[in-house]
Amino acid sequence: MLVVVFSSLSDQFLSAGNFRSIAGQSAILLVLAIGLTVVILLGSIDLSVEGVMATSSMVTVLLAANDRNGMDLGYGAVLAGLAVGALFGLVNGLLHTQLRIPSFMVTLGTGAVGIGIATVLFAGQPPRLLDEGLRDWSAQRWLGVSRLVFVAAAVLIAGYVIQRYSRIGRYAYVIGDDEVIARLSGLSINRYKVWAFILSGTTAGLAGAMAASQVGVGDVQIGSGQVFAGITAVVVGGTLLSGGRGGVLHTLVGALIMTVLTNGLILVGVNPYLQRSFQGVVIIIAIAATAWNQRHRIRVIK
Amino acid sequence: MNESVLQLRGISKRFPAVVALDHVSMRIDEHEVVGLVGENGAGKSTLLKILAGVYQPDSGEIALRGRPRRIRSPRDAARAGIGTVHQEQSLVASATVAENILLGAEGDAVRLGLYRWKELNRRAQVQLDKLGLAVRPTDKVLKLSYAQRQMVEIAKALHVEQRSDNAPVIVLDEPTSVLEGHDLETLFQQIERLRQIASVIFVSHRLNEILRVSDRVYVLKDGACVAERTRADMRIDELYQLMVGRETSGEYYRENEQRTVADARELLVLRGLGKRGAYRDVSLTLREGEVLGLAGVIGSGREELCRTLFGAEHHDRGELILDGRRRSFSSPAAAVRAGIGYVPAERRLEGVATGMSVAENILLADRSSASIGPIAVPSWRKRVVADWIDRLHIRTPSPTTDVSKLSGGNQQKVVLAKWLSSARLKLLVLDHPTRGLDVAAKEDVYRFIRQMCSRGLGIVLLADTTEETIALSHSLVVMKDGALTARFDATPGSKPTEVELVERMV
Repeated sequence: MLVVVFSSLSDQFLSAGNFRSIAGQSAILLVLAIGLTVVILLGSIDLSVEGVMATSSMVTVLLAANDRNGMDLGYGAVLAGLAVGALFGLVNGLLHTQLRIPSFMVTLGTGAVGIGIATVLFAGQPPRLLDEGLRDWSAQRWLGVSRLVFVAAAVLIAGYVIQRYSRIGRYAYVIGDDEVIARLSGLSINRYKVWAFILSGTTAGLAGAMAASQVGVGDVQIGSGQVFAGITAVVVGGTLLSGGRGGVLHTLVGALIMTVLTNGLILVGVNPYLQRSFQGVVIIIAIAATAWNQRHRIRVIK
Repeated sequence: MNESVLQLRGISKRFPAVVALDHVSMRIDEHEVVGLVGENGAGKSTLLKILAGVYQPDSGEIALRGRPRRIRSPRDAARAGIGTVHQEQSLVASATVAENILLGAEGDAVRLGLYRWKELNRRAQVQLDKLGLAVRPTDKVLKLSYAQRQMVEIAKALHVEQRSDNAPVIVLDEPTSVLEGHDLETLFQQIERLRQIASVIFVSHRLNEILRVSDRVYVLKDGACVAERTRADMRIDELYQLMVGRETSGEYYRENEQRTVADARELLVLRGLGKRGAYRDVSLTLREGEVLGLAGVIGSGREELCRTLFGAEHHDRGELILDGRRRSFSSPAAAVRAGIGYVPAERRLEGVATGMSVAENILLADRSSASIGPIAVPSWRKRVVADWIDRLHIRTPSPTTDVSKLSGGNQQKVVLAKWLSSARLKLLVLDHPTRGLDVAAKEDVYRFIRQMCSRGLGIVLLADTTEETIALSHSLVVMKDGALTARFDATPGSKPTEVELVERMV
């Protein structure tokens, strides 16, 4: 429906070129939203995405060839970015399960810590990424689209395999649906929760590295707005915030909707200052529409 | 091999306020169905939780084939061969039948953390075949009917034998409380099947069911095991007496207290009420002080009709007239303002607000009796709450106790107190008000129903059994496939028989 509206308002919208750019623009969002999907499926939330992306982008750039130090780890730098994300996820998971702090607060806190670490590494001046190989991932194209689209596709497939075939994925549904049943069945709930946060942290770390490759610098603000975009992509796709229903394919749809929305609003020429508000309105309408037939049920909405 | 499959020796369990179990001993032999009866609060749930590894006994021991064994976790219980079908259903709705049956015990069906679906489904099928169930392993649980889900739960409980060195013991906690007619028969057949491959502990409030399936029965009262009877010497009236410590009252349903209402004012009138896909053309009249029984099987539309009365669903045809005014409730809140109360079947989910105190729950529907305008008056509040706790004999350590700590029967009384304390209440919808309650608590509920009638309240009743429906109601309507199929007058002396009723239901 969004596609129809936008294509009637802008003749550029339906061009093949624009579809390619939508694919490119949605790649980073999709990657981090897939990790988020697992966490949301089991009924938790991860708000640390922006902080993780910031730290990961700084670490990746500073460990690859850059204009500030002599490091040149190449792809090793990307792995380091992923590791940073995984570490954040591990910390999130342990704090949430061991100290029994709601994931909402834990990840809000660690996200701020991530921004802080990134700011220290940033030291007043963005380090520029000089590694040609890494820059190529966003600059070079395969089959007409940015290579990052293929990275996102690989993550999507991995996410689907995890969701469909792995214990972590299957138990995420079980725990999200009813944690008491899971406990009575003897599942080690905490272990699977920690794994889910590690997955989410890792995809956020990858998203940070991808963003660094795209803009060519490490930046504290690199993930700005991604918590909003990521969570809405997951929810618009149809995954319940209360857990137990949804999946990564839903998230693919959600991420595309979010990107089409941003892209379309730009092409149609909506006032840039109002675009974010427009997104908000469209998202509320989209969610209201999907929940419409359930209105009459007595159900608690939190 | 003379040893019992499972033995409990002098099990005791204390909680801060109460002794839940006091030196309870029992045994279960192979291929035996053992009944366990007792009032709410007699210690049945505590005992079952100890068997399931949720609680640890303070003293005493559990022995498998004569050898002592500690059961520290649900996983331990499964290894000991004890599978429990919990009273509240415990299947994951979004997962498949196979995932549920093997949950936490996938074994080789999951290798290196990866699911082998074929193997998983094959193993689930093996369990389903044992019970002769027609569901497929790949079906999503949320698409199954309630009765089907229960059968899947039994299959899941039975799966413990794959992990255990002991013969399986299947614990069925109140499995019949929500089943009716045909589904009930299927369950009894399944228990007979289970007897071939396992031992069964069957917990029920319905003594006639216990009598029907059990080889032996244990009676729990106030945390102690007060009697053991074999099939040959079980008698309902004796068991009842052992449970509650008094004789069955002949006027169980208090039919003699039923008042005539023929000349009372019309309270609720439905004219051609309909809702697409649920019920159609429902016309009936309810007078003040009248109990109207709604009979029908699951899917007959009576649940939806009840929810419409309470504003949780809308009718799209016909009219609903309450107290002479045409109404269409936009929400439960609107229905409550108009004087309708609803006692839901899902007590734990919809009836009481768990985590809140008994006092808060009682005052939830109408605070006007304990406040001036929006401001609560603590001393009034205390008095009103104490008054209701007293009037309904609610057994609670104090008014500030979390309502979830009470037994099922006392929780139900709190729900009733919530509505009865509301000054504007005119009509009460009772959806299975005695579900899961023991005999004594049921009697209390029957007494309240009669009292409410004498206050001039109208009551719409969806009862647990047809016997209950007939005994409590002034008039009866039967629903089938969304339409009213019959109407009976049910004043004392001219009540229809169960057969007459059931004939119209199916």
